[in-house]
Amino acid sequence: MKGRMISPGKAEGKALVSSEPIGFYGGIDIKTGIVIEKGHPLEGENVTNKILVFPCGKGSTVGSYVIYGIKKNNVAPAGIINQETETIVATGAILAGIPCVDKIDIKNIKTGDLLVLNADDGEVIVK
Amino acid sequence: MHLTKEEEKILDGEKGEVTERLFRLLVRLGEIYGADKMIPVGSVQVAGVSYKSISDPGTAFLEDMASKGAKVQVLTYLNPAGMDLENWKELGFPKDFAKNQLRIMDAFKKMGIVVTSTCTPYLAGNLPRFREHIAWSESSAVSFSNSVIGARTNREGGPSALAAAICGVTPNYGLHLWENRQPTVKVKVDADLSYNSDFGALGWYIGKQVKNKKPIFTGIKNANTDQLKALGAAMAASGAVALYHVKDLTPEADLVEDKGLETINFGKGELKETYDKLNTGKKPDIVIFGCPHASLREISQVADRVNGKHLKKPVWICTSRMVKEASERMGYNEIIAKAGGSVVADTCMVVSPIEQMGYKTTGVNSGKAANYLPGFCKQEVCFANIDDLVEGQL
Repeated sequence: MKGRMISPGKAEGKALVSSEPIGFYGGIDIKTGIVIEKGHPLEGENVTNKILVFPCGKGSTVGSYVIYGIKKNNVAPAGIINQETETIVATGAILAGIPCVDKIDIKNIKTGDLLVLNADDGEVIVK
Repeated sequence: MHLTKEEEKILDGEKGEVTERLFRLLVRLGEIYGADKMIPVGSVQVAGVSYKSISDPGTAFLEDMASKGAKVQVLTYLNPAGMDLENWKELGFPKDFAKNQLRIMDAFKKMGIVVTSTCTPYLAGNLPRFREHIAWSESSAVSFSNSVIGARTNREGGPSALAAAICGVTPNYGLHLWENRQPTVKVKVDADLSYNSDFGALGWYIGKQVKNKKPIFTGIKNANTDQLKALGAAMAASGAVALYHVKDLTPEADLVEDKGLETINFGKGELKETYDKLNTGKKPDIVIFGCPHASLREISQVADRVNGKHLKKPVWICTSRMVKEASERMGYNEIIAKAGGSVVADTCMVVSPIEQMGYKTTGVNSGKAANYLPGFCKQEVCFANIDDLVEGQL
């Protein structure tokens, strides 16, 4: 699948797919990388080293710092794939240096799929 | 994207390492979102202030910039901090938390940022004009300035707002352009909305459904700025709504096209359903008003209700330092303190470490707070109107 590069880099890993948007601030614990938003489809899951796949960001604009923080705390996803990346996630991914692409039809990806993400070319391969 | 000669020089490092790094972030964002150029901003509001939200990595990031001499170019305000910057000891904020919070405030001050700490800068001396380009980041302040004032800002991430403040510009895309300010969904309201919490419930329900769309509301007969603030804040929390219009009430509502849009109905049933859904707790240990930060009118409404009474359990009202000063002069703070409550400045329940302070269930009249408290503060929530909440603490 071909999308748009948001933040450069390459990553490989297992997909963790959310059908719902993710708000990083209040949604993901900055120390552990665990999804803490009550009632979220990924509640209790750990994003560390996964390729995190979700439609778009939501909620607080402090989310960029949470993305930067989970990277510094070594609990960040290896890559991010969105339907549509908004500024909050884009800023966080660029600053943290997490490869990120958007304009991908995320319905084609399931949790557990092995993904190769080449953000430089905006490319996602499901192995 | 077209860059001026001056801007090219920033990329060559002529204005220092920090400015170069932050300008690169703005250029990258501009390229992603198809900006044609950079535009000057009138003011900035920076989110990511509480130590609880940005923790050690964020603190190090800010201190690094401040130590390298970064300075803001335009009027720049701050989002709430994690504690009352003056009365933190009396209110029981942990000491080590306070130490880290004060480090963050020092870094901001060094960069020339006004250390205001409020999510309602427009009530505290940072008021943009209609159609002014700004770069604000706190999600409810973004919503208010776009929707109620008609200024123009995207939802900036904390660091991208800081970049705009230090470079004085933002990429020209998204809500800075008139064609992107058109509504994309219609909301027909058929319910009596009287309490501010009713507007919070409406906002929470709609934000959840429309995600990042731009709603235009019909059927809201009247709403003051406190109520519009509550509406926008909730929509920006349960969804990512950065701009909404309300027929006959907001400045751009008559200028946009609303024909042929998908319609969502919101009636009495949806209102009740939302109150039920947001209530996860039974009885609050603490009631907190002021999310977003209370206006003077909202503080006076609490003062009226507790005047001469005795609160058995704590009631806080969060606000900006400036509004707290006005409230002091009116005697509201004293009335509330005598009843056993507190007017808390510079912070709010969402960004303060209330879970470390022994509270398990929080009562709120804010759809935004009800959205965040369970995840971020591990709180059960009682969502109700001001009368029921105050009554319950007496």
